[in-house]
Amino acid sequence: MAKHKTPLLDQLESGPWPSFVSDIKQEAEARAKNEKGLDYQIPVDCPDDLLGVLEMSYTDGETHWKHGGIVGVFGYGGGVIGRYCDQPEMFPGVAHFHTVRVAQPNGKWYSTKLLRDLMDIWDLRGSGLTNMHGATGDIVFLGTTTPQLEEIFFELTHNLDIDLGGSGSNLRTPASCMGMSRCEYACYDSQELCYNLTMEFQDELHRPAFPYKFKFKFDACPNGCVAAIARSDLSFIGTWKDGIRINQEAVAAYVGGEIAPNAGAHAGRDWGAFDIQKEVVDLCPSGCISYDGKLTIDNKECVRCMHCINTMPRALKIGEETGCSILCGAKAPILDGPQMGSLLIPFIEVNKDDDFQDIKDVVENVWDWWMEEGKNRERIGETMKRLGLAALINAVGVDVDARHVQEPRHNPYIFWKAEDVDGGWERDINDFRKRHQR
Amino acid sequence: MAFISSGYNPDKPMEGRISDIGPRHFGEYLPPVIKDNFGKWDYHEIIEPGVLLHVGLSGDKTYTVRAATARLMTVTMIREICDIADKFCGGFVRFTTRNNLEFQVETEEAAKELKAFLNEQKFAAGSMKFPVGGTGAGVTNIVHTQGWVHCHTPATDASGTVKATMDVVFDDFTDMKLPAPVRISMACCLNMCGAVHCSDIAILGIHRKPPIIDHEYLDNLCEIPLAVAACPTGAVRPSKVEIDGKTYKTVALKEERCMFCGNCYTMCPSLPLSDGEGDGIAIMVGGKISNRITKPAFSKVVVPFVPNEPPRWPTMTKVIKKILDTYAAEANKYERLGDWANRIGWERFFEKCDLPFSEHLIDDFRDPAYYTWRQTTQFKW
Repeated sequence: MAKHKTPLLDQLESGPWPSFVSDIKQEAEARAKNEKGLDYQIPVDCPDDLLGVLEMSYTDGETHWKHGGIVGVFGYGGGVIGRYCDQPEMFPGVAHFHTVRVAQPNGKWYSTKLLRDLMDIWDLRGSGLTNMHGATGDIVFLGTTTPQLEEIFFELTHNLDIDLGGSGSNLRTPASCMGMSRCEYACYDSQELCYNLTMEFQDELHRPAFPYKFKFKFDACPNGCVAAIARSDLSFIGTWKDGIRINQEAVAAYVGGEIAPNAGAHAGRDWGAFDIQKEVVDLCPSGCISYDGKLTIDNKECVRCMHCINTMPRALKIGEETGCSILCGAKAPILDGPQMGSLLIPFIEVNKDDDFQDIKDVVENVWDWWMEEGKNRERIGETMKRLGLAALINAVGVDVDARHVQEPRHNPYIFWKAEDVDGGWERDINDFRKRHQR
Repeated sequence: MAFISSGYNPDKPMEGRISDIGPRHFGEYLPPVIKDNFGKWDYHEIIEPGVLLHVGLSGDKTYTVRAATARLMTVTMIREICDIADKFCGGFVRFTTRNNLEFQVETEEAAKELKAFLNEQKFAAGSMKFPVGGTGAGVTNIVHTQGWVHCHTPATDASGTVKATMDVVFDDFTDMKLPAPVRISMACCLNMCGAVHCSDIAILGIHRKPPIIDHEYLDNLCEIPLAVAACPTGAVRPSKVEIDGKTYKTVALKEERCMFCGNCYTMCPSLPLSDGEGDGIAIMVGGKISNRITKPAFSKVVVPFVPNEPPRWPTMTKVIKKILDTYAAEANKYERLGDWANRIGWERFFEKCDLPFSEHLIDDFRDPAYYTWRQTTQFKW
């Protein structure tokens, strides 16, 4: 028997898509039954009360969660987000209902043992509700009380060898695509780079010292499955320098209709026979492909958009001289409008042999500049807009390159420096007056 | 309830403390075929909706069955996922960035068997637990935020709007009949914890009433300079008010400058702006993240406001369905929603999707606004 009547939420139990309401209800029932005989460490009926408070929001159209308080674990400035209900008398089970962010394995592969171990902790010490996963990539434990925070952290670190994720003005939990683990397009090992940088910058992740949040995301190719170019302050996007490798036999098989284009992605509709001219050659953004019974790519003109490779994955392969491009400053609209990442480093090798030191140097230089120049709660993309891309390029110490811009500036308001100008800026007015009367 | 200690001693917090250990290394959780072929994959095929085949240079094959989740999942549900992964996949399972599950199996027969099994699993009230799909030129799962379930600034619910939307576009999750992939995202306020600013279709919670000022408490709860500095448009300024003969330090608002971003409320809980009448949803379209063919692009607002209509948001889902169906009927193969709109012209997009155009859709926020106005005599009647 449900604790609260939820006539509005009940309407979300029908229809084919998985119903979060049904799931929360089954959890509420499981906790009420308590077949394992657990001594639940937070109120048993918190899933019931969550449905209750949510039904209230569905009725009045307003949230009933207050700002987070300052809660966390000793020595960390992030990883826990305090959350309190504004109707604690009505819904005591969720009066204190904090989020714990837990560091996920990169690429989000799991063994069932790890998942069960995580669930055992959360069953006993939390609400039994999770997000798999949060928007930044963490495992999200949704709802527990303050006294349980240290206990959860102790069990995670001592028993499972897992840490908390990031929150606040720190390095947020880095996230990567699954890259080389199951994708032929991966230009570098996004999971390994993500893991390595996460371990390198643990202090920055757990002890907020930045002007604002800072996100790393790692996409192993320009298709961008974790949205690095749109969602991370530093985006590491796989690319290559040499040519696309072509298997002409496989090209012929696509042309002959033996292999479905785009790996069969359009199978649900009859689009007619594959037309390589229309579907590949004419859609190439730099017009560098031609076909006359044989496919030719003018690789010097290729911009590596991935379209031809996506369309004919068995015929075309990424190049062999691989690495990544680094873009900087992507963010959602708050506060200064949305920003895409801007190209900072066109190409850098991703070299595990030197522990990715070149990339770490870039990261350190970017942070040094931002921590010096950034204002409170200013994302690095906003600092870049305020001070200019060239300021960051110079701070990082990379060579300025035409690849840094889509097009050159529209105005001649160039901030020349004295050292740029012959003779410098020191001039004598008397000398000037010898040539020009007052 | 008796308190159960983990072993942590609050009197000696540093005793035996382990910190800064990061995540577990992903290599521990790769199924054998994945580990064996790591970085050595040759190609992939989508066998049928929700089923992928990956072939290694070694000739090894692995089949992936992709199924949806609601993102908000319980311990009970995750244990059920573990049972399935133990039974079919040797104890391994993967989650995708867009909240899907992926199960690896060895043969096509096993993949089809698992797909059938997953599609049979239902909650008592009837919805599917693990519908299989989300591949190729279709709609995959929605990346979303917390909404009324657990957030302090939302203008709408996330889980409910997602459930309502995916029920309406479900056929496009289980099939691959669209011109290109369509990524739908949902964020419950302008903070956009999801990738709403770069999605084919985006659902965004928005506020439309300025904050209410809790004068008698504000100075105790907030740092006034931070609240003032938080406003991107300079609408908040320090002020004083007199209530019942007592003077309070507080802030004042230039309401005409407020764009309802909620940033002041993030910094100062005495400036709430949630409102049952004022809050609702904006719909944005035409964003993308991929570099394929065209550059990554921002989503554009095409419906400035639809009211919150819980539990099913019928106005919102009707608009989304209309946009999706129009795009599906009109766009070229491989053409993303925004590329189609750019090709036909946005004036034509509004006409074809039966959407009214209002002044709310003309950007007026800072410099980038100018670049969205039309600076040519090329347009369509």
